[in-house]
Amino acid sequence: MSRAHDFPAAARAALADAQLRANLRGATHTIRARRAAAVAELPDFEGLREQARRVKDDALDHLDELLARFEAAATAAGAQVHHAADAGAANAFVAAIARDHGVTELVKTKSLATDEIGLDAALAATGVEAVETDLAELIVQLAGDTASHILVPAVHYSRGQVRDLFLRTIARGRELSDDPRELAEVSRVYLRERFLRAGMGVTGANAGVAETGTVCVVENEGNGRMCTTLPSVLVTVMGIEKVVATLDDLALLLRLLPRSATGERMSSYVSLLTGITPGDGPREYHIVLLDNGRRDALADPVGRQALRCIRCSACLNVCPVYTRVGGHAYGSIYPGPIGAILTPQLWGMERHAELPFASSLCGACAEVCPVGIDIPEVLLHLRARAVREQAPAAEKVVYGAAAWAFGAPRRFAAAQKAVRAAERPLARRGLVRRLPGPLAGWTEGRDLRPVARETFREWWARERGSEERPGRCREKPPVREEKAP
Amino acid sequence: MNSRRGEAVVAGFAERLALQHVEVRRVAADAVAAAVAGVCAELGVRRLGVPPALPEPWRPAGVDVVEDHGLAPAELDTLDAALTGCTLAIAETGSLVLAAGPDDGRRALSLVPDVYICVVREDQIEPDLPAAMPRIAGVVRDSGHPVVIVSGPSATSDIELHRVEGVHGPRRLVVLLVGPG
Repeated sequence: MSRAHDFPAAARAALADAQLRANLRGATHTIRARRAAAVAELPDFEGLREQARRVKDDALDHLDELLARFEAAATAAGAQVHHAADAGAANAFVAAIARDHGVTELVKTKSLATDEIGLDAALAATGVEAVETDLAELIVQLAGDTASHILVPAVHYSRGQVRDLFLRTIARGRELSDDPRELAEVSRVYLRERFLRAGMGVTGANAGVAETGTVCVVENEGNGRMCTTLPSVLVTVMGIEKVVATLDDLALLLRLLPRSATGERMSSYVSLLTGITPGDGPREYHIVLLDNGRRDALADPVGRQALRCIRCSACLNVCPVYTRVGGHAYGSIYPGPIGAILTPQLWGMERHAELPFASSLCGACAEVCPVGIDIPEVLLHLRARAVREQAPAAEKVVYGAAAWAFGAPRRFAAAQKAVRAAERPLARRGLVRRLPGPLAGWTEGRDLRPVARETFREWWARERGSEERPGRCREKPPVREEKAP
Repeated sequence: MNSRRGEAVVAGFAERLALQHVEVRRVAADAVAAAVAGVCAELGVRRLGVPPALPEPWRPAGVDVVEDHGLAPAELDTLDAALTGCTLAIAETGSLVLAAGPDDGRRALSLVPDVYICVVREDQIEPDLPAAMPRIAGVVRDSGHPVVIVSGPSATSDIELHRVEGVHGPRRLVVLLVGPG
């Protein structure tokens, strides 16, 4: 995991995959149209978004205080709260709870936090099988693959590919067409058995409410309700940035999240879990509060706004980069525009310095973000950081030289002349299509327009050489004599 | 709370439910049991799970009514349908709020059986989530009871964003909307 991720190489491979591009295009265009319709219905999306931005910012500004209140309230309601500084600590807590209860198989909801920490693999290493119960996560798990979208993790699969996968894995000799209804039915039968016998459930959290210690889980399939209701032991892994102050704050986020995510007014099931309740649901409830780089991100005054994210994924579906290369190219469980600003902040610029550059800065992501994250602003900020912290020495020398040349008119003119001479043999029909040596990278994806044969200043000097030089004001503008009235 | 909701809110609720693929039937207050019996007959429901506190007048004849005194998951799985009331409902989002009311039942009851029938009184319908939140917050603050907001049948769009209903929760959701009087 310590090797730097190579986005350009991964993107090139993805772009060459016609099936992937067709799957991605179909899905992202469908979902963005649904979102647009659902958001347009709201009388005041801008107003709600501004409120949501403030709610999340207030929470981040008072994070420690809110987490303390959350913990006190959840504990009073019968939950046990654990603090995990990193992935290893979080996984160890969950594994220990499974071990204490003799659990060897548990059921899991779709959860980015648990994907982030690699919980399934960590549990497997201790002999515990974590069964993914969201249909898309199940597809990805059975295929030995990873998620490629925040909301629809198996967006890169066509129905035919899912059928082939199920025939190989869970169909149990049953004949299968590629009808999504039939495919969903196979997963229902397979998972129902596991729900009914599960001794332990694991969930993520869409939000935590400080005033009551409540965890909110939003979903459509009912697998989340199964996981949070049937097993006698429940564990929630929640990123610390998910906490908000009040239930009213939660209500505000719930007006924005489903519309921005799936284009629905409300998801089929919203569960509010507050500690334990005798006779209804689990008898033991653990909440693991996960840092894993979040406090580091919080320390960056520009970058911290990425922690407002409520994981709706609207920015992915409108992004011209994501919709073509898909999620895997980003090398992170958080892909797309939000991933490009979240990933390097959470897990280090040294391994993910390329991601802030994986954007055209078109701004479509900021336009749809329901919590007003200015993603292009953070991208630019992180690009600057990447250059300061990560740029190779040669690049620094080149840009230093450029800055020196641009610093004075005479040096600039001399540089122009030099470049013109150097590039003359390379220009074909008015464009430089390929630069030699280490400069080849520049022309790999674009053509270069050569320096003009004659610059304006040169033309001016030739035509009006004896007169004033252009572009420079006289010390004082000519003063007209004021005439007395 | 008002004893009667404006007809616009009630109509909006019913319309929204229909859009979310929920079957809505408007019934008179004294005809709930008959309506339940009708649904059970149509859908072939023989064993119907109910919360122990479910009002007598809602219980249908001709069906095996099973009270849920902490049925195990496997026992819940043998029921054909569940019948409960709700704490309140929300028009804008077509939602049922199950929040610890005696008629609401345990969460597992309204989840495991394949058909879920919910009785909603018109005066329980709030226009939107912000209007409903004080009641929901009251339940959470006072009792810490788990709350589920149900807005449609169990569904997935995970394969090519093609919507399929009935993944893990109930495949069919039927709302009996009970008028005043």
